[in-house]
Amino acid sequence: MKPLRNPGLWLALAFTAAVGAWPAITQSPSSREVTFTILMAVGLASSLNILLGYAGYVSFGHIVFFGLGGYVGIYLVGVLNLPFFVAMILAGLSSGLLAFLLGKALLRLRGAYFALATIGINEVARAFINNFEPFGGPIGITLNFQIYNNYGGAATALWMTYGTLVVVTLIVLFISYMVKSSKFGLALMAIRENENAAEVMGVVTPNAKTWAYVLSAVFPGMIGAIFFFKNGHIEPHDAFRLHMSIEWIVMVMLGGFGTVLGPLIGAAAYQRLRGLLLVSSLFKNIQLAVAGALLLLIILFVPAGVVGWLRHRFTKLRRVLI
Amino acid sequence: MILQVKGVSKWFGGLEAVSNVTLDLPEGEILGLIGPNGAGKTTLFNVINGIYPPESGTVTFRGQDITAKKPYRLAKMGMARTHQIVQPLNELSVEENVMVGACYGREDHSLTSAAEISKEVLDFVDLSEKAELLAASLNVAQKKRLELARALASRPHLLLLDEVLAGLNHAEITAMLNTIGEVRDQGVTIIMIEHVMHAVMNISDRIIVIDYGKQIAEGTPNEVSRDPKVIEAYLGDPKLAEQLAQSSD
Amino acid sequence: MLDILLPSLADGLLLGFVYGLAAMGLTLIWGVMDVINLSHGPIIALGMYGIYLTFTNLGLNPYLAIILVAIAGLLLGVLIYGVAVHRVINAPHLSTLLATFSVNMILIGIGTAVFTTTPRNIDFSLGSVTMGPITLPGKRIAAALAALLVTGLLYLFLYRSRPGKHIRAVTDNRAAAELMGIRSSMILALSFGLGTMLAAISGGLIATFFPFTILSGGGYELKSFVIGVLGGLGNPLGALLGGLILGALEGIIPVFMKTTWVPVLEFILFVLILLIRPSGLLGKKS
Repeated sequence: MKPLRNPGLWLALAFTAAVGAWPAITQSPSSREVTFTILMAVGLASSLNILLGYAGYVSFGHIVFFGLGGYVGIYLVGVLNLPFFVAMILAGLSSGLLAFLLGKALLRLRGAYFALATIGINEVARAFINNFEPFGGPIGITLNFQIYNNYGGAATALWMTYGTLVVVTLIVLFISYMVKSSKFGLALMAIRENENAAEVMGVVTPNAKTWAYVLSAVFPGMIGAIFFFKNGHIEPHDAFRLHMSIEWIVMVMLGGFGTVLGPLIGAAAYQRLRGLLLVSSLFKNIQLAVAGALLLLIILFVPAGVVGWLRHRFTKLRRVLI
Repeated sequence: MILQVKGVSKWFGGLEAVSNVTLDLPEGEILGLIGPNGAGKTTLFNVINGIYPPESGTVTFRGQDITAKKPYRLAKMGMARTHQIVQPLNELSVEENVMVGACYGREDHSLTSAAEISKEVLDFVDLSEKAELLAASLNVAQKKRLELARALASRPHLLLLDEVLAGLNHAEITAMLNTIGEVRDQGVTIIMIEHVMHAVMNISDRIIVIDYGKQIAEGTPNEVSRDPKVIEAYLGDPKLAEQLAQSSD
Repeated sequence: MLDILLPSLADGLLLGFVYGLAAMGLTLIWGVMDVINLSHGPIIALGMYGIYLTFTNLGLNPYLAIILVAIAGLLLGVLIYGVAVHRVINAPHLSTLLATFSVNMILIGIGTAVFTTTPRNIDFSLGSVTMGPITLPGKRIAAALAALLVTGLLYLFLYRSRPGKHIRAVTDNRAAAELMGIRSSMILALSFGLGTMLAAISGGLIATFFPFTILSGGGYELKSFVIGVLGGLGNPLGALLGGLILGALEGIIPVFMKTTWVPVLEFILFVLILLIRPSGLLGKKS
């Protein structure tokens, strides 16, 4: 079975591309904004899933890579005047580098200890940036509006960031699938199931875990750069919101952890749901409580998530339900 | 010698779990490691296998000092093991479990060739029919065979078997013993920890007896089963002592 | 220098007792059932509102109201355990982390809707005590004493009472405790209740001197993690020590650099302890 011949992969990519293209076809900025949030969530949740779903390591503070990417991106564009695409790539690489260094130290910790340490790292980053004057301390960095003129004006720049996000999201999905169907992915899943047994079978666990961590950090870094470039402003409070990284975990769990389609479905469903709750006058105030109750029901009763449940229910469809 | 253990000791707090053990293992042999429960046999495996570094002593494998080398390095050098308490990768299929062994063991196979090896090895341990199932769904006897299959898929030079017969019924023991014999005939050296006395006495070329972490006897199965020190060590466990006596007949 | 340092240190230490109490709740639950309770923060915040509401609406003395808050906290904890934790108690860590986090979301969601996020504070005074260069607010001293009293009672309960001994047995080895005839689910529920009770009490005490919103618990939850890890997760007495250390740091650091550096150093310390001595300062070496 050649991995690239899997119809599940191409369906998922085609679907995502179609959703991504829709606002451009209709030329609707409002549907573009909605889709932007959804695709961003898909990209972030899918990245996290490489570490969380495949290797089984719970990173609560994954937002740190998004925030760092955002800062690096906006600093390079706004202060050093580098082109946006170069800044975005460098932002991704910075996050990857941070994950590499952190991974060497933190990935010795297992279970809840690792999860706690990632929270600690995010808080260190937030508190540090708050004091770091080159990044504007608590005030952060605001892009000069003139910057957007280099990209054909603000309106065009918004479409450009959107297009970039669509492409990055497609790449994340593709890489997530390639990892899962590779030898490296098999090693990660062996670690998830039983790290000691994996070591005894010859999986060089420190390396495998570190690379999973790096891979899961690079794209949040790039997406952070895209988001904050579009936003025009970054500050520590927005860049390192712990709550947001836990939402990514919720999306992964909702859709089905350890699957390629899970984070896609989970992120899309979660964002749609939140959008609906926010506009409903009944749920607006308690949307967080409703989301929490939903999460609790999933954890308690459908721990494998939507895709996991479907795989279990319809064994014949397993090959497509990647 | 494929494996040389020299003066190895391992402490847990105030307890010396393995005490100054020395053993030499020629290539192609089956060495039986017996002794009462808690004697330190599995701990010795864990030291050889790199799970715990020893406090003193050295372990040499195929001419290289491997003391305190990580388990994954040893796997790549050709050492494989099974666990006393089975450690299946539950949410992976039986086939994938075996593929991990083939991919990351001594020969470093690609997924495609690992799948072929997995097929062959599962055939060998008679688990082919279960290849597509999740490892979690196997029963204990099947999980023991899966452990063996994973180890074999790594194409090891040395195989450490930790109580692969425990919990199996009579027919299953016979089948497993046949399999182990065939593995040895393929040129794999084996150390087995075993409590099923008649089986280990039958299949081993040599036996080492461990009690309270110390090596108290070594020799052919026949010599060992007549050794008064061994009989004494087993006196605490009348059932084993009886098995020991029967196996020497 | 010393005349700034001493009062600041004393202030920090008094606060440390209250931090320690919050962390004790977290670490007790971890010790008994290996669950990191991510609903700790909102429960601390609810403790704050408990005192606020009884004080502003009923005019109840805050230190008497603490008793009511404690009882409510205990019951709420048992309820949370029954609804959200029990079913996944043997599942991997991710499940319990997320289950308690979903409780966090529910509590914050409802809390925001009910209380809004307008800051509240409790307006009463206990005067202050002056010793040499040090002037200490009476409310801080009262809170520290209350925290010590609660710690003492907790220890009496754990070491002298039957359910307390059962809790320690389950902490030690749940399977063995079950074989001895201890009904572990009751004990787990009780322990969770005690953990949230301690969180609620500490919240109530903090509310007597700091303004707060429903979101304020989050910061104290993070402090509880740091303290719990300092003292060794699962070690309630270690939590008190950890609380004092953290309080002392919060007192000392601002004398030498900007207050905003405090969290940087705190969390660096936290990560370092996790890496070097995950069993805490009092625990055995890893």
